[in-house]
Amino acid sequence: MAYSEKVIDHYENPRNVGSFDKNDPSVVTGMVGAPACGDVMKLQLRINDDGIIEDAKFKTYGCGSAIASSSLVTEWVKGKSVEQALTIKNTDIAEELALPPVKIHCSILAEDAIKAALDEYKSKIS
Amino acid sequence: MNYFELFSFSPSFDVDTALLAHRYRDLQKAVHPDKFAHSTEQNKRLAVQRTAQINDGFQTLKNPVSRAEHLLALKGIELSHESTTVKDTPFLMQQMQWRESLEDIRDSAAPDDLIDELNQCFIDYSQSIISRLAILLESDQPQDWHQAADHIRKLKFMVKLQDELSRAEDALFDDE
Repeated sequence: MAYSEKVIDHYENPRNVGSFDKNDPSVVTGMVGAPACGDVMKLQLRINDDGIIEDAKFKTYGCGSAIASSSLVTEWVKGKSVEQALTIKNTDIAEELALPPVKIHCSILAEDAIKAALDEYKSKIS
Repeated sequence: MNYFELFSFSPSFDVDTALLAHRYRDLQKAVHPDKFAHSTEQNKRLAVQRTAQINDGFQTLKNPVSRAEHLLALKGIELSHESTTVKDTPFLMQQMQWRESLEDIRDSAAPDDLIDELNQCFIDYSQSIISRLAILLESDQPQDWHQAADHIRKLKFMVKLQDELSRAEDALFDDE
């Protein structure tokens, strides 16, 4: 299967790979997995007191599309408010990366990773 | 298509695989192309279709993951792997950790020991999921079936880990 240029770019030069200190109170973590292919994705967000996502990091075990999807969302969420980040849809990710239909689940995984991280944020502040 | 019926089993996760293989051979013999050499084109076509069903059924029932999926499908529960995300954090943390260990094989001083150790971990963990899955699948409560579906999803991750372990082992062998 041919990957799009954008997928290859993110795959070869992934943005924001790594981890934050999970004991940092401003860090939230979203862990998600795709049973279809066994891919595992960890997305961490550092959110300031004003509810703005200051920084993001990811670690993904999966195919090129899964890595590219997570790399892309770390770029997209930075500087966004929590509410803005929640409006990112898997279809936006799939469109940006020109994912073929069999790889749509990779973009769903990335959207769910944002939601999982922000679920933790909401339970933290409430 | 109910594959349990095709092989004269009652729909249960507990399948005697030796008996399954035996019935598979018997069914195959009954639709062997030689038997239809002088038959009509339609009967020949039907025999080919039947052979495909028998092969699919055998593969489905032989493997515990696909057997469990088939059983749930007959109960009306589709797993829709493509659109379902697993969110069990402790389970996924463990998956991440095992993926990291797989990466360590390459630079390990004793890669064979690490491979054996991981292989045993994966087998034990898979076995514990399968044991719980077997109990849940025998239940007549729909909420237990949905829990069974979660266990099948987790097994898919274990299958992936086993594949990755084989790949790491092959890579090691290629380097020698």
